[in-house]
Amino acid sequence: MQRTMQKKINLPLTDEVIASLKTGDNVLLSGVIYVARDAAHKRMIEAIYKGQSLPFEIRRQTIYYMGPAPAKPGQVIGSAGPTTSYRMDPFTTRLLELGLRGMIGKGKRNQAVLDAIVKYKAVYFAAIGGAGALLSKCIKKADIVAYADLGAEAIRRLEVEDFPVIVINDIYGGDLYEQGKAKYRIKDK
Amino acid sequence: MKKAQDNEESPVAKEVLAQIIRNADIAGKEQIALCQDCGTAVVFLELGQEAHIVGGDLVAAVNEGVRNAYKNGFLRKSVVTQPFSKRVNTEDNTPAIIYTDIVPGDKLQITVMPKGGGAENMSRLLMLTPAAGHHGIIDAVLKATDEAGSNPCPPVVIGVGVGGTAEKTMMLAKKALLRKIGEQNPDAEVAELEKEVLRRVNGLGIGPMGYGGRTTALAVNIEVFPSHLASMPVAINFSCHCSKHKEAII
Repeated sequence: MQRTMQKKINLPLTDEVIASLKTGDNVLLSGVIYVARDAAHKRMIEAIYKGQSLPFEIRRQTIYYMGPAPAKPGQVIGSAGPTTSYRMDPFTTRLLELGLRGMIGKGKRNQAVLDAIVKYKAVYFAAIGGAGALLSKCIKKADIVAYADLGAEAIRRLEVEDFPVIVINDIYGGDLYEQGKAKYRIKDK
Repeated sequence: MKKAQDNEESPVAKEVLAQIIRNADIAGKEQIALCQDCGTAVVFLELGQEAHIVGGDLVAAVNEGVRNAYKNGFLRKSVVTQPFSKRVNTEDNTPAIIYTDIVPGDKLQITVMPKGGGAENMSRLLMLTPAAGHHGIIDAVLKATDEAGSNPCPPVVIGVGVGGTAEKTMMLAKKALLRKIGEQNPDAEVAELEKEVLRRVNGLGIGPMGYGGRTTALAVNIEVFPSHLASMPVAINFSCHCSKHKEAII
C-alpha cells in the first residue's frame, strides 16, 4: 500500500498502540499472532464454560481468522488469507472480556462485538480476502499449538513480518465499512 | 481487474485492486492457491447423448479426480460431514457437488467451479410475486449485495436467476457465474437489465473488500427461464473476485 502512510507495529498490542490506531489506518504487523476460526472458537468457548484453561494465553493477543491451504514442500504455509469474521461473533465478546485485544479477518461484525471493541479497548483489522498467496509471504513461522485434529481449523501460532492489514473498527467507534461506503455511495432514484 | 483499477476513484480501492493483481501474479508464478479457500468442488457435466460411459461409475470418477486434484495441488480440503453436529472433515474435499445434463452430441464437457464458502454464504432466494417486475429484481440484487458488504470478497461477480421454480432459479444463478466477464445475455432486454443492475450495484459504494469505492461488482449476469403464472422466483449467487472455473471436453 504505497500511497497511504503505513504504521509499523510490533505485537503484542499495547494500550498505547491501540489508542493510536484509527479506522482506515494501514498497518504492518510484526510478531506473534494466533490463528483460530469456526471450529476452534467453538471449542475454546466450550473449554471456558467447562472451567478449563485456553490452549494459549489470550491476554493482549491477536487472533487471525484463517484456515490455511497446505504448504508445498519448502513453504512455511500455504495460501493464508482471512475468512469472514461474523461467524466468530457469537464467541468474540467472551474472548475480549478475557483479554483478547486484536482480531484480523474480513467483513462486518455484529453490534455486540462492536460495543465490546469499544468497551474492552480492542481493535479489529481486516486483511485482503482472496490475497492468500501474497499474505503467506509475510508468515515466517507457523506451528500448530492446539486442536491438531481440526486440520485446517487447528489453532496455529504464527510469526509474521510486516503483515498488511487495515483498521476497520477502532476504540473510538469508527467503522471503515460504514465510512467507506458512505463516501462513495451514489444516491439513486 | 486492471480496467477496474484505472476507473477506480478511491485511492484505498486502487491499492486493494493492485494487491489482488499482485496476489494473482505470485499464485501463478509459484503455483500456489490464489486463496486458501479452495472451495467446494462444483462440477457440471454435459454428457452427449451419443456418448457411453463404460467401465466404472461416473460419479465415483469425478470424485476421484477431485480427491487427486486437492491432494496433489496442495489445495485446502473444506468439506465436512454432518454439518449440523459433528462437522468432521472428509480430508479429500469429496463429495463434489455434481450436476449432469444430457445434451446432443457424443462428447463429455466437464466444468469445474471451486466455490468458496464466504461468497456462497451470501446467496439469496426470493419467491417474488409477478407484480414485482424488473424493479423487484433490481431491489433484490441491491439489497443482497448491500447486506453482503465485504463478506463475499468484492469486487464480486453476481449471478442472478429469474424464473423457473425455486431450485431451477438457483441453478440459473449459479450457472450465470460461468459466463465470461464482459459477455452480456443475448436477449437485449435482459442485457439492458444487467447493465442497469451493475451500474446501481457499483453505486452502492461498497468497493473492493468493502473499504469504499466504485468497484463493487465486475459483472452482473442474469439468466431467465419461464415460470408459473403465480411466480417470479429470483435467486442470487455471488462469486468472489477470484471467480474460478475451468472447462474441458473429452
